Amino acid sequence: MKNSVTCAPQSWHFEYVLRLGDNALILGQRISEWCGHSPFVEEDVAMANTALDHIGRARMLLTHAGNLQGNKQTEDDLAYSRNEREFKNFLLCELPIGDFAYTIVRQVLLDTYHFHLYAALQKSSDDTLAAIAAKVVKESTYHLRHSSEWLIRLGDGTEESQRRAQLALDNQWRFTSEFFLADEVDDVAHQAGVGVDVSLLEKLWRDNVNDILSAACLLRPEDAPLRASGRMGLHTEHMGFLLAEMQSVQRAYPGLDW
Amino acid sequence: MIDAPRLASIDEVLLVLNEVCDPEIPSLTIADLGILREIYERDGNFAVVITPTYSGCPAMQTIEDDIGSALANAGIGNYRIETRLAPAWTTDWLSESGRNKLLEVGIAPPAEATSDKRKIRSARPLIIPCPQCKSSNTERISEFGSTACKALYRCVDCREPFDYFKCI
Repeated sequence: MKNSVTCAPQSWHFEYVLRLGDNALILGQRISEWCGHSPFVEEDVAMANTALDHIGRARMLLTHAGNLQGNKQTEDDLAYSRNEREFKNFLLCELPIGDFAYTIVRQVLLDTYHFHLYAALQKSSDDTLAAIAAKVVKESTYHLRHSSEWLIRLGDGTEESQRRAQLALDNQWRFTSEFFLADEVDDVAHQAGVGVDVSLLEKLWRDNVNDILSAACLLRPEDAPLRASGRMGLHTEHMGFLLAEMQSVQRAYPGLDW
Repeated sequence: MIDAPRLASIDEVLLVLNEVCDPEIPSLTIADLGILREIYERDGNFAVVITPTYSGCPAMQTIEDDIGSALANAGIGNYRIETRLAPAWTTDWLSESGRNKLLEVGIAPPAEATSDKRKIRSARPLIIPCPQCKSSNTERISEFGSTACKALYRCVDCREPFDYFKCI
């Protein structure tokens, strides 16, 4: 086995959908921090809407994951009752929001990834996942239009905006290698027709990101290996604080509903 | 006193549901928006099929509640609500009357059919006519407007800002 992910029969399917759901949930939670704090009101609305789209897709994906597991866990159980090591999102999703350039760089990197990922997942042999993908890819299209237009404005803007955008890119680039580290779950899901071909996804992502970076007058950093992996449940020091905020009400009052 | 739920016909259910409005754009019904997809009968029970607009649309729960209370008020009890994801909702499903109602309340309806939805960076900016003065001299302020389904525009001629119901 390449990684320490152990897969019981069929659990790869749950794991595959869970990872997608966790990326959406944690990214949505992060973006929502801009609500009330964005540089100006239109961008505040944009950030809040984007966060809602991600949380909405997290709800569909986590519900589906729970169903695959035989309805043992609801979307709320999965979101609010798991511990840090049980979350399987990319580390990039959980990093703090930083300044506006930092957030826009992350959005470009992840929106491009999601755009190509969900375009491919529309052909998944898992009908529910294909239906979710067909819906989500439309949203990722305008998310990417929004974030890439901003990155071009920042990168090709003032000396200060260019400096901040390049710095944000340099800081976050190494986390993107995690997108394309296919493990057993990816391989089995791809063979079963449920998941996508990660190497094809990587090519599409690189071409698209290169185009955006050159339009934004930004230099693509050197690739660097990433030794941690959110997909194995090993997170950065920021994740615990994020979960504490997101889960505090359900932890204090388990099962609370309103 | 509330009467016991009774059996109804599909036409009757449709008549009731045609009065259910979108909570965020109350001048439009859920049928105008294409959210209401189908009503079918099985073993004397009705299934009301709806398709969510945006993944993050916070109105979907309210819409389900509104469907429930409209049917309950009409004394119809033998129904369930079914959420259908595929095919994904598209602004192409907006009815002609829905488009006209949007214009009446000052919201520009979607400008084009969505067949060419793969544009990422807009090569050719869409021309969205101003719903107030009809001028085509308008500009986009933000890709995101007052709700998930709208973008914010401004008319350069009459200076009015307006919502545009974006295409997906």
